[in-house]
Amino acid sequence: MHKIALIIQREYLTRVRKRSFLLTTFLVPLFFIGMYVGIIFLTKKSFDETHAVVYIIDQEGTIAPKLKSTKNITYIHSNKALQEQLSTLKDEEASNTSILVVPKDFLSSPNVEFLAANKPNVTTQNEIKSNLSDIIRDFKYQKLGINIDSLHNIDTTVAINAKEVTADGETKDSNTEIAMGIALALSILVYISLFLYGSQVMRGIIEEKSNRIIEVIISSVKPFQLMMGKIIGIGLVGLTQFVLWIVLSFMLAGVASTFFVSKAELGEQVIGSKMMESNGEQIAQSGSSLNGISPEAWAMIQSVNFTEIIVCFFIFFLGGYLIYSALFAAVGSAVDSETEASQFTMPITMPLLLTYALSFGVLMNDPHGTVATWLSFIPFTSPIAMLVRIPFGVPLWQIVVSALLLIAGFIFTTWVAARIYRVGILMYGKKPSYKELLKWFRYKS
Amino acid sequence: MLEIRNIVKQYAAHRALDDVSLYVPEGKIFGLLGPNGAGKTSLIRIINQITAPDSGEIFFNNQPLSSQHIGAIGYLPEERGLYKKMKVGEQMIYLARLKGLSHSDARTRLNYWFDKLEIGSWWDKRIEDLSKGMQQKVQFVATVLHEPQLIILDEPFSGFDPVNAQVIQDEILELNEKGATIIYSTHRMETVEELCDNIALINKSKKVLDGSVKEIKKQYNSQTYLIDYQGPLLPDGLLDNASQFNIIAHTSHQDETQLKIKLAETVTLNQAIHHLLDKIQITQIKEIIPSIHDIFIEKVSQSSVTHA
Repeated sequence: MHKIALIIQREYLTRVRKRSFLLTTFLVPLFFIGMYVGIIFLTKKSFDETHAVVYIIDQEGTIAPKLKSTKNITYIHSNKALQEQLSTLKDEEASNTSILVVPKDFLSSPNVEFLAANKPNVTTQNEIKSNLSDIIRDFKYQKLGINIDSLHNIDTTVAINAKEVTADGETKDSNTEIAMGIALALSILVYISLFLYGSQVMRGIIEEKSNRIIEVIISSVKPFQLMMGKIIGIGLVGLTQFVLWIVLSFMLAGVASTFFVSKAELGEQVIGSKMMESNGEQIAQSGSSLNGISPEAWAMIQSVNFTEIIVCFFIFFLGGYLIYSALFAAVGSAVDSETEASQFTMPITMPLLLTYALSFGVLMNDPHGTVATWLSFIPFTSPIAMLVRIPFGVPLWQIVVSALLLIAGFIFTTWVAARIYRVGILMYGKKPSYKELLKWFRYKS
Repeated sequence: MLEIRNIVKQYAAHRALDDVSLYVPEGKIFGLLGPNGAGKTSLIRIINQITAPDSGEIFFNNQPLSSQHIGAIGYLPEERGLYKKMKVGEQMIYLARLKGLSHSDARTRLNYWFDKLEIGSWWDKRIEDLSKGMQQKVQFVATVLHEPQLIILDEPFSGFDPVNAQVIQDEILELNEKGATIIYSTHRMETVEELCDNIALINKSKKVLDGSVKEIKKQYNSQTYLIDYQGPLLPDGLLDNASQFNIIAHTSHQDETQLKIKLAETVTLNQAIHHLLDKIQITQIKEIIPSIHDIFIEKVSQSSVTHA
C-alpha cells in the first residue's frame, strides 16, 4: 500500500507542477468568464445602439405625459423652446438623442417633426409612430365614448407555466431549455475529460515503456501497483483540476457580476437623471436587461439542483475515468509508441463516442426513454448518458444502480487490463494482434 | 545465498527456461553467461519477481523467494532507463523509496554516492540533460542505493567509456568486498575471468555448464603446454619413442626455440618432461589454459550441433 502511495504521489506531483497544468487550470475558467463578459458587453452595446433618448417639445400640451418610456426609448418632456433644444442636440454628442416636435393641431392632423443629429433610426421612428398612433386611437375612442380600460382588458396574453410533477406528486418549475443546456455542457465536459485523462494514462505508460524504466520499477513494485498508482494519480490530477475550475469559476463569476451590476446601476443613474418624467418599473426592467438575464431566467437557474449535478458529475466522471483509463492502460502497455496506439484506442472508445453523439439527439430529446435509460445503466456508456439525463431529473434508485454497475464495470475492466498490462509492458518489437492480447490475458502470472 | 531449483518458464510455443538449477554462493561474483536469447533475461526477471516461473522453486537465504526480498535485491537491467523529465536527485529518492528506504535514509546515502562518484552537481539536473554515460552512472547508483544483499547487473559496462567502466568495476568489487553477492550477466568474457568466482552458462534455455571458474578451467584443461628451450629446432631423437605427446607446433626465434605439445591421455606433464629432459635445455614451461571465452564458444557450438 505504501508503494502505491509513492507512485500516486509521483504521478500527481509531476503533473500538477507542470506549467501546462497551471495554464489550463487558470485559463479555462478565464476563457469561460471572458465569454460571459463578452456576451454581456455585446448585449450592452446593442442596447446602447438601439436605445434612444427622445426630447418632446409638446406644443399641443397633452401628448408628452401620455408618452411613456419603453424598453428602447426614453421620452423626456422638454420645457425648452425648439431653438434652445436644438443647440443641446448639437452639444450632446450622443448619437441616439433626438427631438420630437408635436404641433398644436396634432390630434386633428397627426403630423410630427422628428429631428435627430444623425440619420433617424427606423426602428425608433416606427416605435414612436406606433406610440403616437395609440395615443390618437385612445383619444378617438374617448371621443366616441368607449371605455379604454375595458377595451384594454379584452386584450389578453396567455402565459404557460411549465411544471414538472415528481414521483412524490409535488410539482416543481421545470425549464427544458436550461436542462438541455446543462446536459449538453456535461456531455461535452465528460467526453473531453475522459479522453484527455485516459490518454494521459496511456501516454505515461508508453513513456515508461519506451524509456525502459519500467523494468526497474517493476523489480520494486508489482505491475498492478504501478498501473493503479498511475491511474489514481492522474485521476486525482483531473479532480484537482475540476475542483479548481469550479472554485475559480464561482469566484470569477462573483467578481464579474458585482462589477457589471454596479456598472449597470451607474448607467441607470445617468439615464435616470436625464429623465424628468420617469417610470420606476421601466428603469428596473431596463436595468436587469443590462445583465442579459431576466429575473424569470434567474429563478429558473436557481431552481436547478447544482449540488446534485456536481455530486453526480464527480461520481460518473470518476467511474467512467477508472473504466476507460484501465482500458487505455492496457493499450499503452501493448504498444511501443503512440502512433501504434490508435488502432486499439478506436474500438475501446467507440461506446464513448457513440453515447456522446447520441447525447445531442435521442438522449436529450427523450431523456427518460428506453434508449436513454438503458445507456445510463451500461457502465461503458453511463458516464455520459446518466449525466445527460440528470438535469432532467432521474430517480435516485436509478442513479444508485447505475453507480453500482459502474463500480462493477471498473473492477472488471481493471482486472482484464491488469492481465494484459503485466505482459505487455515487457514486450517490445512488433505490434501485437488481438489474438496475442488474448494470449497475454490467459498467461499465468 | 540464492538457490534456483528446476525452473521452467514457458511462453506459448517457446520454452524460455528448461529445468534450470543454479546455486549462487554468498559473497561471490557469479557470472551468468549465454548467447542472445538463451534465457538469461527470463531467469533474471524471475529472480527479480517481475515474472513467475511455471514450475520450480527459488530460495533466498534459505527462504522461499517472496515479495519481502524485493528490498534486498538491486537490479540494473540491460536496457537502461530513467524518467527523462525528472530531476536526478528526486528520481533517485523515488526509486530508493520504492525499494523501501525512508526519505532521509535515501537522501543520506545518495549524498554519499554522489560525493564518491563526484556527481553531486547533477542533483537538480533533468535526466534528459545528462549524457548517456552520465545517465548510466546515475542508474548504477539507483541500483545499489538501498544496499542490496544481492545485486543483479545485466551488462553493466555497456555504454561506459574505459575510464568510467573502470570506476564502475572498482565500485562493483568494493561492494562485493563489503559482502554483497553479485550476479553479473554478460557477453564480455575477458571481464568474466577478471571478476567472477563462479559462472553458469545458459544456452537454448538450458544450463550447459556451471561451477567455479577455476574448476571449470581445470575441467576444460586442454593438456597443452608451451615449452621454451635453447638449442636447435627438433634436435635428433626428440621424437624417438614420443608416445606421451604430440607436437602441435614448433617455432624458432634466434636461439630461443618453442614447442607446443599436447599430452596424450593419462600422461602427466612430469612424464613428458622426463622424456624431454635429456634431449633439450628447457628454459620455461607454460600451461595453455583455455579462456572462458574459448569454453563458451566450444560449449555453445557443441550444443548447437547436438540440437541440429
